[in-house]
Amino acid sequence: MHKTKFFDHVILLAGVFLMMAPVVVAFMTSTHDAVAVHLHGLQVTWGGHFTDTYGEVLTKKGGFTGEVTGARMVMNSFILGIGFATGKVILSMMAAYAIVYFRFRMGVVFFWMIFTTLLLPLEVRILPSYEVMTKLGLVNTYTGLIVPLLASATGTFFFRQFFKSVPDELLEAARIDGAGPFKFFFDILVPLSKTMIAAIFIIMFVYGWNQYLWPMLMTNEEGFYTLVRGIKQILLVWVGSQIPDYNQAFALAILAMLPPVLIVVIFQSWFIKGLTESDK
Amino acid sequence: MAQVTIENVSKTYSGDMRAVNSVSIDIADGEFIVLVGPSGCGKSTLLRMVAGLESITEGAIRIGERVVNDIEPAARDIAMVFQNYALYPHMSVRQNLAYGLKNRGTPKPEIEKRVADAAAILEIGSYLDRKPRQLSGGQRQRVAMGRAIVREPAAFLFDEPLSNLDAKLRVQMRGEIKQLQKRLGTTALYVTHDQLEAMTMADRIVVLNGGRIEQIGTPLEVYRKPQSAFVASFIGSPAMNLIPAHGENGNLRVGEHVVAMSNGHAVPDSQVTFGVRAEDIRLRGEGEDADMEMTIDYVEELGAGRLVHGRIGEARLAVSLPSGEPLSDRLHLVLDRDRLHIFDRSTGLRVRPETATAG
Repeated sequence: MHKTKFFDHVILLAGVFLMMAPVVVAFMTSTHDAVAVHLHGLQVTWGGHFTDTYGEVLTKKGGFTGEVTGARMVMNSFILGIGFATGKVILSMMAAYAIVYFRFRMGVVFFWMIFTTLLLPLEVRILPSYEVMTKLGLVNTYTGLIVPLLASATGTFFFRQFFKSVPDELLEAARIDGAGPFKFFFDILVPLSKTMIAAIFIIMFVYGWNQYLWPMLMTNEEGFYTLVRGIKQILLVWVGSQIPDYNQAFALAILAMLPPVLIVVIFQSWFIKGLTESDK
Repeated sequence: MAQVTIENVSKTYSGDMRAVNSVSIDIADGEFIVLVGPSGCGKSTLLRMVAGLESITEGAIRIGERVVNDIEPAARDIAMVFQNYALYPHMSVRQNLAYGLKNRGTPKPEIEKRVADAAAILEIGSYLDRKPRQLSGGQRQRVAMGRAIVREPAAFLFDEPLSNLDAKLRVQMRGEIKQLQKRLGTTALYVTHDQLEAMTMADRIVVLNGGRIEQIGTPLEVYRKPQSAFVASFIGSPAMNLIPAHGENGNLRVGEHVVAMSNGHAVPDSQVTFGVRAEDIRLRGEGEDADMEMTIDYVEELGAGRLVHGRIGEARLAVSLPSGEPLSDRLHLVLDRDRLHIFDRSTGLRVRPETATAG
């Protein structure tokens, strides 16, 4: 018994080490100055330049045009992540509401059409999507960044399954109580889906935050850069004999990692609740 | 408060599935009507048509003077209590009660007054601020009742409201619902599959089978004078003994036995089913001729009496006898002639006696 437990822990610890070690190395390296990193490679000790590096990363105007700061990139990432998650939750909830509660012609067909878009991720439709956005003049706008990605088969499917598990009698009771479609949605379904909404929001926020390809296509002004893109940019701009700002790149990487981690950690209990139990 | 009239109402689902077949019921103001029948008999469908949750294929339903066929459930002035209560899980008891009134634009002080009144009637005042999940089954049942009461509707509709409660609570709530309905004087339509609930609660029972009405009558009428073999078998516990027989010169022939019938009770010369309740059979007295002989299979002791199960030829029979006396293997039985029911074998309809003494 004790042996098994010991062994279990060894495996778990090994897993934790594998997952955490690169993060720790990145963080430690980011606290050294660029010269030290360049001379001695990756660091696993505290370098003492924490405030310098992070302060500079957040405030220094960088990039090719020298217009974008780390703080700006953080903001862009949040706009993308939150806009993306909010939009997806609203859209997929409404789609699922229509599919589950309204018996319209070919409802099933539409559901499966939405569902099969799972087979067509962004990468497959990237050219036509880009074309549409260009024609609409939405390149280099937040709208262009967010809107084309809002349709979510996953979200619709999750909400559909959830709505289906809501007892029909609740709808009937609400109808007798004089609640129309809007009232039923806002007074009953939305509050019931709270944990579900939270779970989907978290997943979608992280997904949106980590978008790389689409922002790269849609925006070429550096004012729209997100953190995830910024990391690469820092390493690209060294000119001549200047040493690349490895420490700053690592700092940005850490910054880019932080919000998704925080959100998951903080909302963990909601997240688990939303995906495993329903509050009925 | 109003009368409810159901006129030749039918419900056909896609593909010729007739769930309800030309049903007519006149419900008087303040009457407690119980719809009873086996599952799939259409009782719930009928109730849901009255509520407006199912469309009406044919016929008309009137609440008060108004035909409500095309009127939204909320506008029908009815309140419904569901089997699983259907309380809004995220709202407190108070909000649950108030929701329907709020949607109707009832003024706040009026809502508060009505909620307080309903809470007092149902004794749920102490947990008005709790959520449904913090309540026991019985308490939820009361809240569901409360949600119906605050609306002060023309009619209450109950869809098997007691099925989710344990046996003891069910008996208690049965009494409470009945009392409450009498006190408020609101017309009620109550669906159940439990004949005991039907017998104890109803002013009149409507027995449904296969989407058709088998019989409408007071509990005693339905019990004492079932209009068909189905009603006879469904109402009453233990179920009425139904035994295939045929008429022979006005008498009843059951296998090798002949039950002599007096003139008033003569049986037609055809294939019939005869029915007799367990309590209408007794043991042969001193020097009396037995109508039939039964071989005992097993005995159920019920405390107040005992139920003896046995067979006559192929047919099974249950006899209710007083406890205590020793029983021989074969019982000589005498049937109460006034309490015999004769049904046509092929149609299942009652043939004789047409006017069973109700005393």
